[in-house]
Amino acid sequence: MSNIPAELRYAKSHEWVRPEADGTVTVGITDYAQNSLGDITYVQVPKVGAVLKAGETFGVVESVKAASDVYAPIAGAVLAVNTALESAPETVNKAPYTDGWMLKLKPADPAAINGLLDAVAYAKVAE
Amino acid sequence: MNELKRTPLRDFHAAHGARLVDFAGWEMPVQYRSILEEHKAVRRTAGLFDVSHMGEVDVRGPEAGKFLDHLVTNSVARLFPGRVLYSPMCYPAGGVVDDLLVYMHGTDDYFLCINAGNIDKDLAWIRGEAAKFNVTVTDRSADYALLAVQGPRAAEIVQSLTGAKLGLVKYYHFTEATVAGVRCIVSRTGYTGEDGFELYHATGDAQALAQAVLDAGTPRGLELAGLGARDSLRLEAGYPLYGHEITAEISPLTAGLGWTVKLDKPDFIGREALLREKQNGGPNKVVFFKTGDRRIVRAETPVLGADGAVVGHVLSGTLSPILNEAIGSALVATPAATQPLAVDIRGARLGLQLVTPPFVPLKKS
Repeated sequence: MSNIPAELRYAKSHEWVRPEADGTVTVGITDYAQNSLGDITYVQVPKVGAVLKAGETFGVVESVKAASDVYAPIAGAVLAVNTALESAPETVNKAPYTDGWMLKLKPADPAAINGLLDAVAYAKVAE
Repeated sequence: MNELKRTPLRDFHAAHGARLVDFAGWEMPVQYRSILEEHKAVRRTAGLFDVSHMGEVDVRGPEAGKFLDHLVTNSVARLFPGRVLYSPMCYPAGGVVDDLLVYMHGTDDYFLCINAGNIDKDLAWIRGEAAKFNVTVTDRSADYALLAVQGPRAAEIVQSLTGAKLGLVKYYHFTEATVAGVRCIVSRTGYTGEDGFELYHATGDAQALAQAVLDAGTPRGLELAGLGARDSLRLEAGYPLYGHEITAEISPLTAGLGWTVKLDKPDFIGREALLREKQNGGPNKVVFFKTGDRRIVRAETPVLGADGAVVGHVLSGTLSPILNEAIGSALVATPAATQPLAVDIRGARLGLQLVTPPFVPLKKS
């Protein structure tokens, strides 16, 4: 059974979004996604300053099994990326919602978050 | 779709949290907890693999030895009872039907272990060739389960379950013994590059034996290991896998397995083609590489030569959990094999550093 925190929002493509107090959002992949991929061996993230469209590929998560694209859940500019994943990509397996975060975005439209799935709706996707 | 075949340990695997996948028509555990952790456990302490999907064949009769020397490229005549031989079995054109282990019980009694995905093909091939000799070929695959205990502590773990003196069983030798109350062929073989044993036993005993090995091994650091770790371990050791480094199109010489091809034998299937390849060189060569980067270079990735032209393709690729970098094998055009080679991974050009395997020091006895 996957861990799906109630306070986060989700994309159907298995990314999570956490709205922060300062109006930015943090993005990562879900527990279900990391578990499906297995041992994560490499995480490729965009450069700080990149401007992403909603649904656009922002990077690649590689596991022993496969390389999978990851998608921007909402549009925005990349404020920060988790450089610790370069040397320790397995952090995504161990702590997908905390230390395994991938990037922070400044949303182009803060209301776009409301268009994402809540935990109950995502649980149906991740069944 | 055909129903997947199951080993007698299928429920044992599920109960231990295995992720089960379709492997060559068998429902097999690819991993339990983590492929990388299972791999490291085998190099550090020990791992227990269920390889019951492998095929077993009895070859018996007055001409059994003569037949097998005709069938395989390595020298069966050099075997003696209790000895195991690794060998390719080739087509007349030099490509590989399968690679297998030959066990000698006695002059008229041999036992083969063949790859799971090749059982039907191999049996048809072996029976077709056997028709010219005074031998009987019996498929025993359904009768045997097979456990592999691999790693530096494997001997200690198996020894704790048997009165047989395992110290006397050297690498690529076997004995028959009772392990945890189960009659086994105890073979000092495996495909991880570590010391270890493979235990052939009756399918009905598999559950009890697996549990006994797990109970004896867990306090010594043994972990259940799946096919994912088996693949990264064998690649790190530089061992070929049928369908990757050796195929119907890739001969043992091309694959760097010249030591298994005894061209001094007067006759064996594929001898003429392999002799020609030995004398003239083959058009391609299997090379092993590392990249200094963590991005896995997956099978089928084109290999680029110095001028950027495609000179081959990747056969196997994974992350070496011990080196913490991508390793792999590739089939490249022979003239290109001495030039700088590279691959393109999502727009990044990565140079291949050619390596003579094993990629890591191995401690097998």
